[in-house]
Amino acid sequence: MFLVFPMANFSLRVNGTSKNVDVEADTPLLWVLRDSLELTGTKFGCGAGYCGACSVHVNGALTRSCTMPVSQAAGKNITTIEGLGANGLHALQKAWIAEDVPQCGYCQSGQIMAASALLAKTPHPTDAQITEFMAANICRCGTYDRIRKAIHRAAGGAK
Amino acid sequence: MTALSRRGFLKTSTAAGAGLVIGIYLPSRGQAEAEGAFSPNAYLTITPEGKITIVVARSEMGQGVRTSLPMILAEELEADWKQIAIEQAGASTLFGDQTTGGSASVRTTWDPMRKAGAQAREMLISAAAQKWNVPRENCKANSSFVIHAASGRKLSYGELATAAGKLPIPDRAQLKTGGYKIVGKSTPRLDTPSKVNGSAVYGIDFRVPGMKYAALARCEVIGGKVADFDAAAAKQMPGVTFVDKISDSAIAVVADSTWNAIKARRALKVTWDEGPHKDLNSKSISDSLHNADESKAVKFFSVGDVSKADGRKIEAIYELPFMAHAPMEPGNSTAHFRGTECEIWAPTQVPQDCRDTIAPLIGLKPDQVKVNVTLIGGGFGRRLEHDYAVEAALLSKAINAPVKITWTREDDMRCSTYRPVSLHKLSATLDANGWPIAFTHRIIGPSINGQKGSQSVQGVDADFPDECSFIYPVPNVALEYVITETPVPLGWMRSVYALQMAFASESFIDELAASAGKDPLEYRLHLLTEDSDVKYFDATWHTSRLRRVLQLAADKAEWKKPLPPGRHRGIACFGCFSSYAAEVVEISIEKDGPRVHRVLAAIDCGQVVNPNILDQQIHSAVIYGLTNALRAQITIENGRVMQSNFNDYEPIRMSEAPIIEAHFVSSTEPPSGAGEPPVPPLAPALCSAIYAATKKRIRALPIQT
Repeated sequence: MFLVFPMANFSLRVNGTSKNVDVEADTPLLWVLRDSLELTGTKFGCGAGYCGACSVHVNGALTRSCTMPVSQAAGKNITTIEGLGANGLHALQKAWIAEDVPQCGYCQSGQIMAASALLAKTPHPTDAQITEFMAANICRCGTYDRIRKAIHRAAGGAK
Repeated sequence: MTALSRRGFLKTSTAAGAGLVIGIYLPSRGQAEAEGAFSPNAYLTITPEGKITIVVARSEMGQGVRTSLPMILAEELEADWKQIAIEQAGASTLFGDQTTGGSASVRTTWDPMRKAGAQAREMLISAAAQKWNVPRENCKANSSFVIHAASGRKLSYGELATAAGKLPIPDRAQLKTGGYKIVGKSTPRLDTPSKVNGSAVYGIDFRVPGMKYAALARCEVIGGKVADFDAAAAKQMPGVTFVDKISDSAIAVVADSTWNAIKARRALKVTWDEGPHKDLNSKSISDSLHNADESKAVKFFSVGDVSKADGRKIEAIYELPFMAHAPMEPGNSTAHFRGTECEIWAPTQVPQDCRDTIAPLIGLKPDQVKVNVTLIGGGFGRRLEHDYAVEAALLSKAINAPVKITWTREDDMRCSTYRPVSLHKLSATLDANGWPIAFTHRIIGPSINGQKGSQSVQGVDADFPDECSFIYPVPNVALEYVITETPVPLGWMRSVYALQMAFASESFIDELAASAGKDPLEYRLHLLTEDSDVKYFDATWHTSRLRRVLQLAADKAEWKKPLPPGRHRGIACFGCFSSYAAEVVEISIEKDGPRVHRVLAAIDCGQVVNPNILDQQIHSAVIYGLTNALRAQITIENGRVMQSNFNDYEPIRMSEAPIIEAHFVSSTEPPSGAGEPPVPPLAPALCSAIYAATKKRIRALPIQT
């Protein structure tokens, strides 16, 4: 049984700019960002909320864009990796460069978006707090050690 | 050449130890030259403005080739590293085999890229000497300048580019033997900035104006085909412009967005002809290994005569499952068929194989198919297949428009190629002191290269020479292979047969040590006491190098120092891809199984090009190896892969990731493999630790079953 939603116009605020998109109401925010708005920094990994590659902020809350229909995102403020550093690079992006974190890099947008949500709540996380929070994101290249170091660096703590 | 024979060729050639002359071609006075730029070979262009561009003819999938390969050339060029820009080569005829695999990128481009840099450097020096009218011996290249010390004059490479471009290309140029300024230095990756701000373009991110989006329905039963389908409902779905069969086994749904294509695919009604394998299951596959006709065993490595050894006999059987690569970026490719030509943008490890496979399928010649290599969101061998690119090309021709096909994670898990299952029968004869005087390892399983129809090497899979070593100089050794058949599609997955080989043989060495009542490190060191060379196919393994790397890992782990209560450790070592690696794994046993706290990894991969990237590769290999050991398992029921996504095929997360210490042996040997060699020791070292903790021997992976 497939519900066919009528095409509708949705208004989103993405990285500080208003955007209107004509898409099916059930279209995941992920595909609106990637296909309609050409913001491809947000990645498709699993389509089911398991891996975190598609992580964005919706009204400041860390969100899996692959499982949020655009209808739920309408009218809200969306921040993607492209807009994280509104004025130049975010401290986490700088830390990611300093620690040379990425390998293939595919999951790293999601990792950084998750890490920024962590620091927003917990500005100086312990190793255990980082591990608990960041375990929601999968990296198949095994960059976990450097991710942890980069988060500490961005938090201004010891490496 | 198919991808496999190409890979086989690559491996055979590197095993032969001769520096492969790949990609050195002379000369290439092309368009760049006309603009006054200097391009003495296909790898390098220097413009009069001083921009130095180095071409990377391997695929970047996280292993760092877009940084480490240019470093090799820049070193000989005496270039200022800060001026280097890179360009990614697509499928070309200029660079020899461009297959990225077999941990071969650095080892096979080390010589050609050094020569390319040295040749250019000599020409720049000659150009400066001629301008100044001084002997060239009095001129030196340094940091993108040529300097005449006596007069204090200097000219930049940019200033010399046009003049250098008019000079003859020297036949030979002296290569450095040390004193490196770039090679061997921890250097940040050039691709990092683009990977932290969302600007890096992977295959899945690529777009062509007017492009359509597609999802394909494929039979989930292995070998199944389309019997019939009803496209009516799918065609009614929003944005859908095309639904049709593009091959015997796939139906494409084309829409105006990825989501609309994926969604419409669900509305497609397909009747599948499930074919001859619809009753296939993991049990029957395992039985086929246990019941294989062992009279057909091929002995591929032999020392002495194992049948003559007299003493205490020990036997064990090990077994490994199918595994999936599961890279983070799902399969995808974009194609634009334009009648007499076709352009492809693919995250591929085999651009030339894509080109050569696609061309006849769409009625074109190879030179009419242009394959561009995008960034790859994890390869691990999965992109050695050309399947995604073929689908995109067929579909673009069918709809006469540019199109991107995207696989879902479920497609990736269920319709992939898999690391083959294997069964290992080991036996040893021990002398009165517990030392092995005979060691037999019979590998039973399907062959990846065999299934793909490429030639065997001395009766075994062409990958064996690089991956199935046995370096301990035991007086009587027999390594044997019994090839079996499976319809399950097989692929090369990071470290390939070395994973199976090391798990079985290193675990068995651990068993021998335990049965002799000896420490597993001391047992191995004893076997490796004497320096000896082990001839293996066309390669030579050195016990001294394995011993050194084993000792390094043990020293870093402070092996002799007792661990805190509740902690246990194991050790293993292995040689593959011309390198040597050893790991010590520290664990505790928790309610839900082993918990890995710390891994000390050591590698000897010859001259290290970039320690920063090597460190990444070792971390990556340990995490990948840990997923393999703990729970990577693809099972088959009713002809179907039972796993579907990261919920039932879950990679290691940060919460399970150990502290990893990566160490390497300082070496001036030519570079050898780095991305794969640290994978194989992980599973046997972990199982050795579990044995130390529980006295329970794990002889089948995955551990969490």
